[in-house]
Amino acid sequence: MSAPLLELSDVEVEFRTRDGIARVLNRVGFSLSSGSTLGIVGESGCGKSMTALTIMRLVPQPPGRIAGGIIRLDGENLLTATEARMREIRGNEVSMVFQEPMTSLNPVFSVGNQIAETVRLHQGLSKREALDRAVEMLAAVGIPVPERRIAEYPHQLSGGMRQRVMIAIGLACGPRLLIADEPTTALDVTVQAQIFDLLIDLKERTGTSIILITHDMGAIAEMAERVVVMYAGRIVEEGPVEVILGDPLHPYTRGLINCVPHLEERPSPERRPLTEIAGMVPALTALGRGCAFAPRCNHATALCREQAPPLEGGDEHRVACWLHER
Amino acid sequence: MFIRNKSAIAGLLLMTLVLALTLVMPAFYPVDPFDIVWGPLAPPGDAPEIPLGSDFVGRDVLAGIIHGGRATLAVGASAALITVVIGISIGAAAGFYGGFVDEILMRLTEFFQVLPALLFAMVLVSLFSQSLATIAIAIGVVSWPPVARLTRAEFLKIKELEYVKAARAIGARNRRLIWRVILPNALPPLIVSATLTIGVAILFEAGLSFLGLGDPNVMSWGLMIGFNRDFVVDAWWAVTFPGLAIFVTVLSVSLIGDGLTDALNPKLRDR
Repeated sequence: MSAPLLELSDVEVEFRTRDGIARVLNRVGFSLSSGSTLGIVGESGCGKSMTALTIMRLVPQPPGRIAGGIIRLDGENLLTATEARMREIRGNEVSMVFQEPMTSLNPVFSVGNQIAETVRLHQGLSKREALDRAVEMLAAVGIPVPERRIAEYPHQLSGGMRQRVMIAIGLACGPRLLIADEPTTALDVTVQAQIFDLLIDLKERTGTSIILITHDMGAIAEMAERVVVMYAGRIVEEGPVEVILGDPLHPYTRGLINCVPHLEERPSPERRPLTEIAGMVPALTALGRGCAFAPRCNHATALCREQAPPLEGGDEHRVACWLHER
Repeated sequence: MFIRNKSAIAGLLLMTLVLALTLVMPAFYPVDPFDIVWGPLAPPGDAPEIPLGSDFVGRDVLAGIIHGGRATLAVGASAALITVVIGISIGAAAGFYGGFVDEILMRLTEFFQVLPALLFAMVLVSLFSQSLATIAIAIGVVSWPPVARLTRAEFLKIKELEYVKAARAIGARNRRLIWRVILPNALPPLIVSATLTIGVAILFEAGLSFLGLGDPNVMSWGLMIGFNRDFVVDAWWAVTFPGLAIFVTVLSVSLIGDGLTDALNPKLRDR
């Protein structure tokens, strides 16, 4: 296997809160090879978005603090890079698409202007060239009549259109990695499908690697090649998408998969009850010594409550659960 | 858009009128406003040579209106500029950086805010010189705190929004975030406040002149009111006409400000 594009190892991020120090990322490590798609799933507050912000080094500090670990992009450690170097990387080599297309665009500038802005910032093109680039990018993300659209303002576009513009901004400089943080959560299902198709298509054409952050298992099945499951700031399971979806080992992963509503061909009057994972993600300041999932787990034993399980297994499939300790 | 806004058009018309009066008319009416050209306290219409009457020493009121506008407008505009520049810089830094910087800058703002503005400006003017430049600076130095507070409040609100985060994620540095991302979105209330500031500054200059702290060598509307304040009852015209000129100027500026706010809001542009 060639050297990975992105490699995280033992990344730790802490937040100082009123109730003490919250460890929002705890020994997070995974790698992503060039041109592939990695999905990160988990409930809200599990550290998915924090992982993305940490890679971009955009964790608000204070109250946050990157306490340790290494993040390598093509061999370069991002956690020790200078702030100036990080600004070169952001938007140029690693870019990010946010969850809320309605509010992620600056309302007082035209969309063409905002795409051009990114290109000019990083590639020193003239205004004219940058606007030409913006037209190309809008065409690439499937916006019809791009020459006219570049003059429009965000409020004139629909949610799906705005997310396309965000993706155009993300890809304008031809980054090696695109982090999409719940890119479709705020959109209609039909538009969601379009955005996924667009991302898949763009990935194939440009070779950009993608990290897809979502809580939607359907999106994972659609897009990802490898999946990382996070819970309370830790990785609890990691593996190829077909293994994670087909043969999940961690009770939390199984729970997440069982939560997905099924579309039945002939809905009968008595419907299959939806399973849910009882309880909530625990407060990160109140984690005990044991496995963070133990209080919600049906299989929890005394050992689970005493000691946190390590993330173990081969390169292909790793899981942090005492049930599967060999 | 700007042109379709009725109050903006009215403001523009009035402003054109005022500018024509103060910038073009002096050439056509070459009477020195300090010259004594008539008997004292002649009412308007008394003689065709002095259409708006004469003041208590016999100076032409119309000449004062025409020649005195330039100084009033210059002081008003430059004082407003100083106010806005100081106010926005301090407010933006405090709101954007927060924490320690915010703490220091806001204490400074409060310090200036609790000083009685007129008194402080009087001290500054009498301490240095009674020139137009000093007056403009003094007005600027005492009037920036409200602008700073408003700017800070807007920055605090806007810096948390997604598009600021998104701008950071494309590699924008702080300077760019402040001036190119947050400030344009904070502008509408700031423009209104800036135009109001021009009005306040003109009134402030009039007030200083009224108290005898204007520049005695340069005729201004405020100075005219100041000169003639003791004769309001006997010669209403000597204070009413410069007062009216100030009123029209301040009104036109705030109408234009209203129109600008609407014109700069992309959401109102195509309605």
